[in-house]
Parts: sequence; structure tokens; C-alpha cells
Amino acid sequence: MATANPTMFQASDLNHHNERVQKRYRLLFGLMTLLLITPVLLILGTLVVKGGGAISWEFLLTAPTDGMRTGGLFPALLGTIWLVTVALLLSVPIGIFAAIYLSEYAGDNWFTRTINLAIINLAGVPSIVHALFGLGAFVLFFKFGTSILAASLTLAVMTMPVVIVATRESLQAVPQAFREACWNMGATRWQTIRRVVLPNSITGILTGVILEVSRTAGETAPIMFTGAVFFTPFLPQSVFDQTMALSLHLFVTATQVPGIADEVPFGVALVLIGLVLTMNSVSIAFRMWLRGKKKW
Amino acid sequence: MGTSTQALSGRATDTQAAADFDRRNLDWYVDKLIAVIVFVCGISAILFVLGIFFFVTKEGIGFVFEKMDFREFFLTPYWSPSDAEDPEYGILALMAGTASVTGLAMLVAVPFSLGAAIFIAEFASGKTREALKVLVELLAAIPSVVWGFIGLVIMNPLLIKWFDIPVGLCVLNAGIILGLMAAPIMTSIAEDALKAVPDRYREAAEAMGATRWQVIYKVVLPAAKNGLLGGVLLGVGRGFGETMAVLMATGHAVNIPGSIFDSVRALTATIAAELGEAVVGGEHYQVLFTIGIFLFLVTFIINLSADLIVRGIRKG
Repeated sequence: MATANPTMFQASDLNHHNERVQKRYRLLFGLMTLLLITPVLLILGTLVVKGGGAISWEFLLTAPTDGMRTGGLFPALLGTIWLVTVALLLSVPIGIFAAIYLSEYAGDNWFTRTINLAIINLAGVPSIVHALFGLGAFVLFFKFGTSILAASLTLAVMTMPVVIVATRESLQAVPQAFREACWNMGATRWQTIRRVVLPNSITGILTGVILEVSRTAGETAPIMFTGAVFFTPFLPQSVFDQTMALSLHLFVTATQVPGIADEVPFGVALVLIGLVLTMNSVSIAFRMWLRGKKKW
Repeated sequence: MGTSTQALSGRATDTQAAADFDRRNLDWYVDKLIAVIVFVCGISAILFVLGIFFFVTKEGIGFVFEKMDFREFFLTPYWSPSDAEDPEYGILALMAGTASVTGLAMLVAVPFSLGAAIFIAEFASGKTREALKVLVELLAAIPSVVWGFIGLVIMNPLLIKWFDIPVGLCVLNAGIILGLMAAPIMTSIAEDALKAVPDRYREAAEAMGATRWQVIYKVVLPAAKNGLLGGVLLGVGRGFGETMAVLMATGHAVNIPGSIFDSVRALTATIAAELGEAVVGGEHYQVLFTIGIFLFLVTFIINLSADLIVRGIRKG
């Protein structure tokens, strides 16, 4: 029965040194995180302070007046709603089906990898190149003209990866045993997907759709030459009309209108960023609620 | 199976029996139909990428084949497309503008986002970690036109005041804006890469008595190396292709920058600013599409290499 060496469990100098090194790095990386986040929060704060005064029901619900120097942003807001709605009508079904293919049908082979690479590229191609594509394909080749339809198609192609990736993830989160149980009952592949896989992942898919709304609403370059205009006195009546849009309106009021009151572009920026961040927060909250609820 | 059908042949109940085994009811056809639809949607991403390349090339190819002098196009800094007599299309200065802004942005963003990713993934825990992740995700969602606006109305006067320069729309301004913009995206990609390192690696190192930092430095970072590099590359691609923020914050002057306080103009911003005034099908219009082809190819190569690098770790 040898007695334990009393110094055995004491930290050596080396241990202390290592501990100090670790603390130093922890502090360094923590500071870096802070430095990354704080300026942005300060900037957002400035936007709120400077733009807050402009926000009113009148600002949201009236048209610009006096050569856009005064008045509200209603036509731009309405235009963004049009653009987002039409874009989502096109991209959500295709995106969900594409994700179903990738998750439920595709094997692990070069072909699937090519599709995944294409999705990464679709998200990575510069937005201005998407604008060129939209102009060349939808405005000129398919002869939709500069219209909501052409702009929304461009936006749909550009933002589709958001829906595909989110949907694929939530489909793959459904346990394989659920599918096998269903197949054993004699169900076809589609019956399994429709009655078992989709109901168990629908909330996750919805999260992706909300994210897509936010992405689509914020894009500017792709709609500049395909359907959105600086100013139009008319509200859009159909998908073949041109429209104003919130994101482009911010660009226009910030750069193209001389003598505009400072608070107008700040107000537009605040409305746009409020819209985008609200959608994202809803999506995040939804995801957290979902995680807490999951049964498997 | 084959023998039983042969044995049954000629009997009156033959068709009846075959019909009983035939599973091709409505559900069967629906299943086949859906399989086709799903496949078509599945390959749509490939079709769209090919479509983008096809249509951008279609509009720009006339210039490439007929008038383009590769040496003049890539190696001269003179860009004066609206000159009626002798328009010049040299994109060297525009490339220098894009490169300087992207380079400065990466200088700002890469260390900070890697640091933040390490802090969030390895040091922070519980509520702090969740809160930071949500914050980073929200910051990544701010639209680029809002960033451009910030560069124009907030950064611009600040830089003029701090550095005593006449114009605050310059490489520094756009670089900071682009850096702040790319950092959250790179942070979350890098954090994913760190999280992909299996916990048993960390546990093994900790069991040997390593401190948290030793685990990160000696085990986690080497294992996540390729994922981190892929994330940085995707960030470079983002910066390179960014349009609105760069259009609004660079000052938009054709110029090879001599210092970070010079105004420059980027490739993407040039297209955005000039496409509206170019005559459809005209030379200027075709040149802008040619720049588009160039942008497409460069981002394609960046994304492809990022993908190959990231896949490298999965195999290894």
C-alpha cells in the first residue's frame, strides 16, 4: 500500500502556463467576435436613429411626391410584394421537388455531385450576371419585356438554392425507418413521400421558404434591368407591368435624387432592413421551436 | 415466375390472374409520373447554370469573335465606352478595382471571421453560443444595397473626418463594407467546418491532458483545414461578385489605385451602372456581356475549387 505522491495531482508550472495561454486565446477570439459584431450593431443603431423619424403610416402608404424628394414608398413596397410573390410561386415548387429528388431519389454518384455543384454555383454566380441572364433570356429571348414576370423569374433562378438546401436538410432529418415502415405496407415511393416524409418535414421546409422571402426582397442588381424601374406613377396591374421595388428605391433615393431630405433614404433603408430581419427572425424562431418539439 | 405464367397459359382465368398480379393501378402511374417531374426539377439547377452561361455568352459572343483584342481588353486600363469616335474597352483598371477591394475585404474579414468561428464553435457554450449564432445569421441577411447605403452615408463622412481626405468613397470604404458583409457568411461556413470535426478527436486529446487551446490548435484546426479554406474561397467569390455595395461605396472612378484612399471602379459595378444606357445589341452592350462571361467563369472556377477542397477532407 504505497501512499500516493502528494504532488501527483498538483498542477505543474507547465500546466499553469498552458492554462494561461488558453485564457489569452479565449480572450483574443472573444474580442475578435465582439469587433466583428459591434460595428454592425452600431451601424444598425444609427439607421434606426436617423430613419426612425421618417417612418409613419403616411410614409408606408403614400406614393413619392415632388420628384421623389418627399412622400412615401408605397409603390415600391407593393412592387416588392409582387416580385417576391411571383418569384416564390415559381421557385418554391421547383425547389422543393428538386430537394425531394436529391434526398429521396438520387444515389450517391457523380451525377448527384454535379447537381450539387450546380446548386453551389447558382448561389455563387454574381448577382449582376444573373441580371444579364435575366435580360438576355427572359426580357429579350422569351419576349416578356421588362416586366414583373421577367424580374421574378430572374430572382427565382437566383434564390432557388435557399429553398433546395433548406428542404433537403429537413427531408434528410426524417429517419429512414419511417420510410421503410411505409414501404413495407405496400406504399409507393410517392405515397411514402407525401404521407410520411413531407408531413414530418413541412415545418423545416417552411423555414427555408421564409428565408427565401427575405433573400428575394433584398436583391437589387437582378431586377434593375429586368422589371424594376426607378419611378413609375402607376401601380402594377399584372405580371407584365413594370414596377418600383423597395431595394432599388433605396439605391435611387440614396444616389439619384438631388436635394432629397436625408431622412427619406434612411427611412427606406430602415423599412427594407426591418422587413428582411423580421422574416429571418421568424424563420430562426420557427427553427428553434421545431427543435424543441422534435420527437425523434 | 416465368414457368408459372407458362403453365397458366391457355386457361380461361388467365387474364383474370394476370390482372390480379398487375400492380399498375392509378397509384403506380402517379408514382412514375412524379418520379419524372421530380427528376426534371432535380436537374433544373444544372439547366439554369447552363442557361446562364448560354444566354450571357449569346449576347456577348459577337464582340468576343469580331472585335475583341484579348491583349487590349485585359491589359489596358482605358475604359471609355461612350466615346463616339474611338471607344476603348480595357478592363485592367476595373480588374484592379475589383481585386483591391476584394483583397482588402478579405484582409479584414478572414482573420476576424476565423477567430469568431473558433470562439463560437470551441469556446462559447450554451446561451452565449446560441445568441452569437443567431446574431451572425441575422448579420449575414442584411441586403447588399443596404451595405452600399451604409458605405455612402455613414462610412463616407467618417473616413473624411478621420483621415482628412477629400472623398471618402474609396478602396478603404468599400473594403471595410465588403469585409463586414462577407464576415458573417464566412463565420458560419467556418463554424460548420469546425463542427464537422468529430467530437472523439477532441475527447482523445483532452484525455491526454491537453488544454482547450491545445486541442483547437493541434487537433481541430488541422482536421478542419480544408473546410476552412473552402469557406475562405467562397468568401472571396462573394466579394468578387458583389455588385450594389461596391457600386455605391467605391466612388466609381476608373483608376488603378495607388493607395487605399483612391476611388476605384469594379467589374460588377460597371455592368450595373452602364447596362441601362447601352443600346441593346450594340458594341458597348456586347462588351458588358463579355465582362459578364468573364465574371461567370471566374466565380465558377472559385466555387469549383472550393467544392473540390471541401470534398478533399470528406475522403481523407
